[in-house]
Amino acid sequence: MNIFVNQKKIVAPKESTIINILENLDIENKYLAVEVNETILPKSEYDKYIIQENDKIEIINAIGGG
Amino acid sequence: MSKLVLDNKSYDSRLIVGTGKYKDLDETKLAIEATGAEMVTVAIRRMNIGQDKNKLNLLDFISPEKYTILPNTAGCYTAEDAIRTCNLAAEILGGKKLVKLEVLGDKKTLYPNLTETLKAAEILIKDDFKIMVYTTDDPLVAKELENIGCISVMPLAAPIGSGLGIQNKYNILTIVENANVPIIVDAGVGTASDATIVMEMGCDGVLMNTAIACADNPILMASAMKKAVESGYEAFHAGRIIKKEYASASSPTKGNLFDNK
Repeated sequence: MNIFVNQKKIVAPKESTIINILENLDIENKYLAVEVNETILPKSEYDKYIIQENDKIEIINAIGGG
Repeated sequence: MSKLVLDNKSYDSRLIVGTGKYKDLDETKLAIEATGAEMVTVAIRRMNIGQDKNKLNLLDFISPEKYTILPNTAGCYTAEDAIRTCNLAAEILGGKKLVKLEVLGDKKTLYPNLTETLKAAEILIKDDFKIMVYTTDDPLVAKELENIGCISVMPLAAPIGSGLGIQNKYNILTIVENANVPIIVDAGVGTASDATIVMEMGCDGVLMNTAIACADNPILMASAMKKAVESGYEAFHAGRIIKKEYASASSPTKGNLFDNK
């Protein structure tokens, strides 16, 4: 299944959850936010939301800034 | 030094610092420690996918348990983008809703777009966000931002990252005079004396990033800024002498051996 993560197209197994996507990308940062199609997905939904074809997923974190 | 109160929390330090532009995260951590700051700003960005999972992230170095993290909306040019960024920041930080709102209008000057800033602030305040707002030095706009419920108003002293020092002393003084919320000068400081001048003007704090991070020795400049802010605050509250046109001897004239010459 094709999805977009941070604007890059990736192929993910069907029925993947956000937890699966984060694990596959080796992301362990606890301070992050996830948007699916421009809507924030609460952390409590990471193991419930099943990705859909062409989902646009954004994984956001805090970096240095002024 | 009395404490700075923001969002019902008291701070010993009146210096708020950014975490951008440092050589690496070790330098960021050391410099921030040297400033004595208790509140630090961060930017909200897409994660760098594919980085080594063992590589530490900013908030591993600057722990939200130790510091108050103040996410900014840098890079946003519309109210809509700024609101989206604030919501993402709250999600990242476990629901905390203290943010630094900056809605920019122009890439060359990085001056704020005040129409969009006011629009975003009103919407975010209704959604319980606590807004520390970056603005111009216009006293009327500063008061309006206070009136709609911003918890701190943060006028620029000069363009972001310019290091020009305070270019608008009388406007900042008017903003301070009118204010019932903390006034924190955000942007324009170049060196320690600039920070002292800001505090001597009666401002409640200073927010800076580039002046420290881009100094030849950021950690030494961080230490200088800590002292500069403390000095300025103490000098303001001590009350400076009145300026006089001519000299006024510091040593007594009475008993001078040479009085009769």
